[in-house]
Amino acid sequence: MRERTALALFVALLAAAPLALPEFYVTLLNYIGLATLVSVGLVLLTGVAGVMSFGQQVFAGLAAYSTAVLTTRYGISPWITLAAGLALTAAVALFLGAITLRLSGHFLPLSTIAWGIAVYFLFGNMELLGKHTGIADIPPISLFGWRLDTGREICVLIWVLTLAALVAARNLLDSRAGRAIRALRFRSVMAESFGVNTAALKNLVFLYAALLAGLSGWLYAHFLRFVSPGAFNVNAGIDYLFMAVVGGAGQVWGAVIGASLLTVLREWLKDILPKLVGFSGNYEIVVFGVLMIMLLHRTRDGLAPALARLAIAAKVRASPSPAPSLEKRRQPQPGETLLEARAARKQFGGLVAVRDLSFETQSGEILGLIGPNGAGKSTMFNLITGVLGSDGGEIRFRGERIDRFPPSEIARRGICRTFQHVNLISAMSVIENVAIGAHLRGRRGTLDAMLRSDRAEEAQLLYEAALQLERVGLAEHLHETAGSLPLAQQRLVEIARALSADPILLLLDEPAAGLRYGEKKVLAELLRRLRAEGMSILLVEHDMEFVMGLVDRLVVMDFGEKLAQGLPREIQADPAVVEAYLGGIE
Amino acid sequence: MSFDIALWLVQDGVTNGAIYALLALAMLLVFAVTRVIFVPQGEFISYAALSLALLQAGRLPGVVYVLVGGGLVAAALDIALALREKAPARLPRIVALYVLVPCVMAALAWWAAPRSVGLPLQVLIVLGLVVPLGPILYRVAYQPLASASVLVLFIISMAAHYALTGLGLVFFGGEGLRSEAFSDARFKLAVLDITAQSLWVVGASFVLMFALRLFFEKTFYGKALRATAVNRIGARLVGIPAELSGSLSFLLAAFIGAVSGILISPITTIYYDTGFLIGLKGFVGAIVGGMGSYPLAVAGSIGIGLLEAFSSFWASAFKETIVFTIIIPVLLWRSLRSRHIEDEEE
Amino acid sequence: MNALLEVDDLRVYYGKVEGLHRASLRVPEGSIVTVIGPNGAGKTTLLGAIMGLLPSAGSARYAGADLAGTKTEARVGLGLSLVPERRELFGEMSVEDNLRLGAFHRFRKRGVDLESELTAIYARFPRLEERRAQLAATLSGGERQMLALGRALMARPRLLLLDEPSLGLAPRIVRDIFRIITELKKTGVSILLVEQNARAALQVADYGYVLETGEIVLEGEAAGLASNPRVIETYLGLAGKVIAT
Repeated sequence: MRERTALALFVALLAAAPLALPEFYVTLLNYIGLATLVSVGLVLLTGVAGVMSFGQQVFAGLAAYSTAVLTTRYGISPWITLAAGLALTAAVALFLGAITLRLSGHFLPLSTIAWGIAVYFLFGNMELLGKHTGIADIPPISLFGWRLDTGREICVLIWVLTLAALVAARNLLDSRAGRAIRALRFRSVMAESFGVNTAALKNLVFLYAALLAGLSGWLYAHFLRFVSPGAFNVNAGIDYLFMAVVGGAGQVWGAVIGASLLTVLREWLKDILPKLVGFSGNYEIVVFGVLMIMLLHRTRDGLAPALARLAIAAKVRASPSPAPSLEKRRQPQPGETLLEARAARKQFGGLVAVRDLSFETQSGEILGLIGPNGAGKSTMFNLITGVLGSDGGEIRFRGERIDRFPPSEIARRGICRTFQHVNLISAMSVIENVAIGAHLRGRRGTLDAMLRSDRAEEAQLLYEAALQLERVGLAEHLHETAGSLPLAQQRLVEIARALSADPILLLLDEPAAGLRYGEKKVLAELLRRLRAEGMSILLVEHDMEFVMGLVDRLVVMDFGEKLAQGLPREIQADPAVVEAYLGGIE
Repeated sequence: MSFDIALWLVQDGVTNGAIYALLALAMLLVFAVTRVIFVPQGEFISYAALSLALLQAGRLPGVVYVLVGGGLVAAALDIALALREKAPARLPRIVALYVLVPCVMAALAWWAAPRSVGLPLQVLIVLGLVVPLGPILYRVAYQPLASASVLVLFIISMAAHYALTGLGLVFFGGEGLRSEAFSDARFKLAVLDITAQSLWVVGASFVLMFALRLFFEKTFYGKALRATAVNRIGARLVGIPAELSGSLSFLLAAFIGAVSGILISPITTIYYDTGFLIGLKGFVGAIVGGMGSYPLAVAGSIGIGLLEAFSSFWASAFKETIVFTIIIPVLLWRSLRSRHIEDEEE
Repeated sequence: MNALLEVDDLRVYYGKVEGLHRASLRVPEGSIVTVIGPNGAGKTTLLGAIMGLLPSAGSARYAGADLAGTKTEARVGLGLSLVPERRELFGEMSVEDNLRLGAFHRFRKRGVDLESELTAIYARFPRLEERRAQLAATLSGGERQMLALGRALMARPRLLLLDEPSLGLAPRIVRDIFRIITELKKTGVSILLVEQNARAALQVADYGYVLETGEIVLEGEAAGLASNPRVIETYLGLAGKVIAT
């Protein structure tokens, strides 16, 4: 494995660095490590989970000031103050996360800037924190009696922790929780519908990023032995985000690249720019700003992906080896009533999209819900899956009312869906996409993932995903990226993902839309086979031709209402249905 | 606190709040039309305030270099594009807008600097120096990325803020400046002691807001901007070019920023990086007002001005902390009300 | 004679997925040409590419000139106008402002007499005049379609692209819309009509294409297509069976 070799080489070089390099470079290396710690958190938070923060310096500052005050005033050991600082950071992060992470898009970064300024002025004006002069004479860290009081000594500690953070982050992304995190940015609706609590997960990532920033702040305080507000101003927060973006916000190792480049560039510019301008000031921000704009005009993915393409060839992976099967649900008896809609209703403003619709599905059948475009089929689908809240009536599943449940609770009960607009994480491999479907069948969380104590369960999840992919006929494509498959195969991946959740009722949202004739036949064949294996299916479709030969019963919708219901051939002969579908103009 | 002091603080708060309100409006406008969070607005404030103070001190404001240099970059980009698209007919217009206008304004400033030309002309020159920077900035930094996500545009804004702040330091230096008051008059109105400067600020702000309203409701171009804000695809389908609405909204925002800078410069000492904080207070005002409604944004901004005035009286050291912390309860309230999951576009 | 619009080998990609595969078609001046096909066949993609909303490969020529490198806004200036499937109205603006903005590109060149043009539009769509001061967002589905059509007509198009004008409308309103489409043809506007409602589309059109999964699979005179066994089976199939029974 070439990645492991590269890593070993990197570690060896790092280990040699504090011994061999002159003081100046060791200091630089320390700054890089400290910045990397913060940017690893941002890579997860911004690059992967899509939550942009310009406020990470706040968390670094909280931990740095905590340890500064506690060690200088009360003589407490830095290891205890580390715990205290991280606890404070965590408390603040949980509070801020709880109130801001649910806000959409631009609100969050704006509010991170705002609290960044608020806290900066707080640091600069509190008597306890030494106002703008800061706090000096912070004691060094002692490790088993060894005082880390030079840059060379603390360099070891900084980089051991930084590497640990990098490895933990990489492990995390390659796990059950990690797959869910990778869905947060573009696919949170999908993740919710497979039982991921996206809000809680976002908070967790936010917390992790904050703790890494806090750790960096603690190290910073004991490395410089001095803290002042200047190190934690808004510009520091902007720099951290730039580092993550330069490195490639989706790549864990990008954090090292970004942090190194910007730190080194800054030192170099600090040397030469004042000579050009004639007096000193932090002009490097001009260069940073311009470089950033140019970089984003050229690529929005940062440098790491380009470097990765140069350095590490794509890994060839084998199919996952057989693992003990995951626990399965007891399937209902054939003929049992599964889903019942009773006078379900949904309004958008004055428009009634679904008007008092009632129908039911039975175990072991394929029920088709059809209607012309705009008839309200998708709205009905969203009511059943909990994506929309209903405005009246009831929806029950095996007798239990589910119309007040969020999508994750509905998924928990065994209703699993596909999406009309294919909802796969296109940069992730097919098998990982399918494994998200089995999210609720696993238990292991983020900590297990970071420490790799989740491997047995991970093997089970991936094996299950591979089995389901084989079932839909995609055994050859396990490790391709989902986005590289043609539409028809992406639709099959969607079905495999729903199957790996071990569903009781499979909900398919226009699975045949956009497929070629031959592809539709393959799809119909698969659905027949699933029914023969006992699967119950609710099929929402527009395509009459596709539905007619496949389903057991049909419900036809038009203008939000039930137009007809019955066997396929009854529907075909129904004049009202013909009028709705053809709407002739004579 | 005596009643007199309270009244004085209210006056102070409303004066600053009126400026924040202007900035909040500019931010909402730019965001609605281009989806850009216009962080560099702050630099337009600083540039205008410092330029006015320098002109009054008989010195050439360094912003002329930023203007001419930025204009040249924008012209180069547009010329390259025109040549690539084989449309040489566009060249004269490009040169006129991005090269000629900046050079003429720079020459005017150079001519006016050593002479005492009087406040009105100085204000006009400052506007002429700073306002064209809006479309130039749009052309150079944002236009190539017009289809990018809000978050990418946000990073661009932070980068532009960085670059412009740094240029401010290079060309204006680190010293703080304050320009002369428009008028030293004071009026007694019952117990109120009103300064003419406050009246100027509040009056000018409201005139400007009213003018903006007329522009958006009565003129064809104003309606076209609104249409772009309401439905970007619809706007393209009736032939409103995205670059035109982008440029126009940045022009308006730069104008508002420059006017704010001119209005505030006799009240506060302005440094090259002061504008950032002032601009952000406009953002906070807009957020407090809910980020959608113009009247609420004005109300929110005036509230921020008042909060700032009163907290500078009671806890002056924590003034900024208090002003920027106020968004936390506001956001808390908002997040309690919102319960939907939203996906970014990939 | 060359057609007003000539599309050759047009291809559109969504990432690596091909949304449109080498589509070729002609719209002769003064005719109605329809493209029919099922959901997801790429009909909207085709119009988006012709209008320049989506990047495409292959060639699209309008009035003899290549459209490559011409932005959507400039295509409107050349006389192409799209009434999109989602209407894309200015919801928070009045009906009248929506209509006026339809003439934006002509207004820019030189002042036009908007008032007399508005009168002409109102004569065609009396409902819009009744609702002139109302916000577009408050209109009903049929009225929104009328407004979208009226707005497009304010641009004085030579070629009108219509994307599913009957979508989600009650049959009576659909009849109105198709009547207006035939009237427009008489005024000399050429029309490219994309429809799922195959029967209605083939009734008003002169020529038709069938688009399936991004490919043109059939073409011909509209009347001929309507009696083509394959079209009957797939698009009019239900009607065929009903008629047969």
